[in-house]
This record gives sequence, structure tokens and C-alpha cells, in this order.
Amino acid sequence: MSAAALKVRAAGTFDVERVRADFPILALEVEGKPLVYLDNAASSQMPQQVIDRLVRYQRTEHANIHRAVHYLSETATRAYEEARRKLQCFINAREEREVVFTSGTTESINLVMHGYGRKFIGAGDEIILTTLEHHSNIVPWQMLAEEKGAKIRVAPINDAGELLLDEYEKLFSERTRFVGVTHVSNALGSINPVRRLVEIAHARGVPVLVDGAQAAPHLKVDVQDLGCDFYAFSGHKLCGPTGIGVLYGKAALLEKMQPFKGGGDMILSVSFEKTTYNGIPQKFEAGTPPIAAAIGLGAAVDYLSAIGMEAIAAYEHDLLAHATALLGSIPGVRIIGTAQHKAAVLSFVLEGVHPHDVGTLLNQEGIAVRTGHHCAQPVMQRFRIPATSRASFAFFNTHAEVDALAAGIRAVQKVFS
Amino acid sequence: MADSKSLYQEVILDHNKRPRNYGAIEAATNKAEGHNPLCGDHLSVTLVVEDERIKAIAFQGESCAICKASASMMTAAVNGKTRVDAETLIEEFRDMAMGKLDVKGTHHLGRLTVFAGVRDLPTRVKCAILPWHTLHAALNAVPVASTESDDDPMHAPIGGA
Repeated sequence: MSAAALKVRAAGTFDVERVRADFPILALEVEGKPLVYLDNAASSQMPQQVIDRLVRYQRTEHANIHRAVHYLSETATRAYEEARRKLQCFINAREEREVVFTSGTTESINLVMHGYGRKFIGAGDEIILTTLEHHSNIVPWQMLAEEKGAKIRVAPINDAGELLLDEYEKLFSERTRFVGVTHVSNALGSINPVRRLVEIAHARGVPVLVDGAQAAPHLKVDVQDLGCDFYAFSGHKLCGPTGIGVLYGKAALLEKMQPFKGGGDMILSVSFEKTTYNGIPQKFEAGTPPIAAAIGLGAAVDYLSAIGMEAIAAYEHDLLAHATALLGSIPGVRIIGTAQHKAAVLSFVLEGVHPHDVGTLLNQEGIAVRTGHHCAQPVMQRFRIPATSRASFAFFNTHAEVDALAAGIRAVQKVFS
Repeated sequence: MADSKSLYQEVILDHNKRPRNYGAIEAATNKAEGHNPLCGDHLSVTLVVEDERIKAIAFQGESCAICKASASMMTAAVNGKTRVDAETLIEEFRDMAMGKLDVKGTHHLGRLTVFAGVRDLPTRVKCAILPWHTLHAALNAVPVASTESDDDPMHAPIGGA
């Protein structure tokens, strides 16, 4: 744990105002009201420290990486590879070559589908997913299943939005070849017991990919402790830039996989007769990567680590508890997703008011929430609703902002009364 | 900046609460389903068209207030109109929602101009237009209208999307 994080924990308090001062965008006014940004599950915001790092890179360090012998190329290459080490450290990967930079969670999952799935999953094989998955951890596997004649089996959830472990375990068969499971549900906030899910799969020799897009910003992620084979997440939900994400994969698996994209940097030698691929992770990073974004993401995890992911998780837990109690006390509000273990997401429906109307009217109060199916239509179908409004918190949100949300919801109810 | 409150006016809220012509006509000569896959809004429009004139119209479905009020007011506006007049209204409404119509100029929209404010809310334009898409589809014997379909004659980039 870093010195700054120790300080936070020792003090027993989390200085949210000091943190907020790092985020210039939080000073914005929307519709004449202070911005209340509660759409962090879609994309979080960027602190000045990360903005500064991006600017410094573009002003003084930019060139293409892994190419030239000149000063700038070497500087940029060093910064890019240093970012990889920071990400390795952030998720406690055993080796830095287990960290592949991608454009985001979606590309990370697609990389595994193409690189692992197309090579090792065939006709009649089975892939286990869960009802909680985001479309990006459903559609690639459907594409694979269609191409190969494989089958998708889906582990169900209960009314609280918790995965049914027994049902999950029952889905395994002789033909199970892969498991894809989200760490935290983007629509409901449910935290899955990933370590247990991995144990069950590994007992049958089945590899597991974890969609960590909603977990990495809120929980301390330790891929070795989780035991998963792949872990995918995005930079922009993590106070970093868009266009960058990570695929963690166990080295032995990454080495067995076929490349996803062909091009420069992913090869050792090319002739028209034969091309030899580079080692990992370069094998999966064809073409010029988003260098600045990777370096920015490195700065973002530095920033988060200095505060401490445990401190962030503890603060957000309080915030969520406050929001759950407050919104739960408003007649006509129904909270969707009441799992015992949840992270930073509060989905709700308002009796007699469509979520899109809620979203538009809350915006009038300067409050940004997401409305819709959250790219998780199977979750919506499970709860027999077309959509929800979703407030998703970050460590820079305050209890006062939760109060503003509650007041905003009451104002919406008044319009529709 | 858009004043979304101006959109949630009494008349729209009233039509949302007590939609006119709500239901389905069993003996319909024309019908279509409308769907916005982005938000899950869907509705059906059923019509009786005789001698090129709309003799009866009804709608039903699940949608937000903007969509439902737009559908309700649409049915009231086109009932009894000729097909040609209905198509004119469809075109004018769409132009208004997309900010391409001079609301103060000459048109036939009447009270439907309460929806003019939607042009400032790009993400809600489709909510207002969906019933009109669907009516257009029904009149032209297209069974399913979608706000995201390229071959829908009403489809056009909305709000810069």
C-alpha cells in the first residue's frame, strides 16, 4: 500500500473535497446547476494529474515506439513499457508480458474470442456465460458459437441480481470449454464471487475470462488471487483516456493463442513465404498502439494507487449505502439489483415514469445519470423491464450529490404527479 | 442550452397520462409496429383507410412520455385526414423535431408545435418521431418501422448521430 493510502486509512477519513479539486470537469455547471456526475459506470472523469501527463507526453516525449533508435522513440518506448509495468502492478500480474494493451474491454474480449476461442473451441463445445453479462461479453461468444457450431449456456441470477452458484456449477459438462463472467454487473452492481467461480471451472480444466470493466475502478483487483486466466478492463472507466484498455492473460495461454490482428510490431520477420510472430505481448499489439493513452492510463493507476483502492472501495461503499437507504425511502422508487455484495451502482425505476423522462428531467437539475438497457438486455429481460435509470458513483462523488439525486427524483415525480 | 422543462408541458403530460385513441383496431386495413432498439420504445399503429382517407386510427405500446404523447396527439391530428394530408404532417413533424422547420412559418402542425423543443434534445428526437415513422410505415404497407433501419424511408441521421 502506498504512503498516501496509508495516510488516508490512518486518518480513518477520506478527504473527498481534496480529491474533487483534482478533477477540473467537476467545476462545470450544467443547466445553471453544479454538475452532479453520476454516470461513472459508462465513463469516469480524468484528474489533472493524468491530463498533465498526457500533455507532457505530447509536448516532450512523443514518437512512434519500438521502431527507431532516436531519442524521442526511445523515450516514448520507455514511457509506454513503464505504463505496462504500472498496470502489471495495479492488478498484480506475475509478469509484465501478461499485460496486453488493447483499445478497451470490448477489444480485450474479442481478442480472446479470436485468439483463443477460434483456435480451441469447436463444434458441439460449450461456453458458459451469465445473465449478468454486458453485451460485449455475450456477442463475441455468440459470433464464435455461430461460426463453430458451439453452444452458449447461461448461468441464471436470483431476484436480487446474484448469480446462482449451484446453477452455474450444474452447467458444466464434458463439452464445457470456456467460461466468461463479469466481475461486477454494469447494470446492477452485483459483485460476483469470481475466485469461487474460477475454482469451479478450473476443477474441470476450463479456463475463465473475467470482464473487469466495472470492477477495476472500484475494487482492489489481484488477478493471481482471483486465479482467472484472462481479465479485461478499460482505461476510461478508470480515470484514464478512452481508446485504451488491458487484457491480462496467463503467459502460457497467451503464448498458445493465435494473433488477433496482423501488422507491424507483432512480427519478428516477414517474407512472402513465411512470417514469424513476435512474442507476447507484442504478438497482440499489431500496428502503432495508442501510446499516449497507455501512458495516460499508467498515470491514472498511479493516481488511484496513491489514494488506495481499499480506501476508494470503503468510501464508495458508504456512498452506495447512503444512496440505497435514501432512494429506497422514496415511495414509487424501486431499486433494481439488491445483491448483498454490490459496487457503486444504483439502478432504479420510478413508478409511472419512463427512465428516459427521468434522465432528461434530472439533466435539467445538472444531474448526469444513464438511462436505458445499459447494454445488458438479458438483465432487463430477467427483471421484465425495458430499461432503468442508473446512478453510478466514483470516489469523487459526495453524500451531498446523493442528496441532490434524491431531490431530483422527487422533482421528477412532481412533474408526473 | 436546451430547456427540457419546456418540453414537459401540461399538454404533453396530459396526453401521456390519458392517451387518446389508445388500443388496437381489429378491422384495420393498415398497421405497423414501431421500434427504437436504442431505448426499447415500441408501439403499434392500426388504421382504417378508406377512399384514401384515414377513417380511424389507434396506437398502443410501451414508451416514454414524449413518445406516448406524440403518438396520442398524432392520432388526434390525422384522424379524418386524407393520406396526402397525413403524409404532409408526417414530413412537417419530422422537420420540426430535427430543427429544419421554421415553426413560425407556414405549416399545418397546429398544437403539435409543443414538440418543437425536442430539437434541442438530440437523444430524445427519436422518441418524438417514432410514432410518425410508424404511421408512415403503416400507410405505405411496411409492417415494421425502426428508428435504426437504413431502408426505412423515414430514416435520416438525427441529432448528428
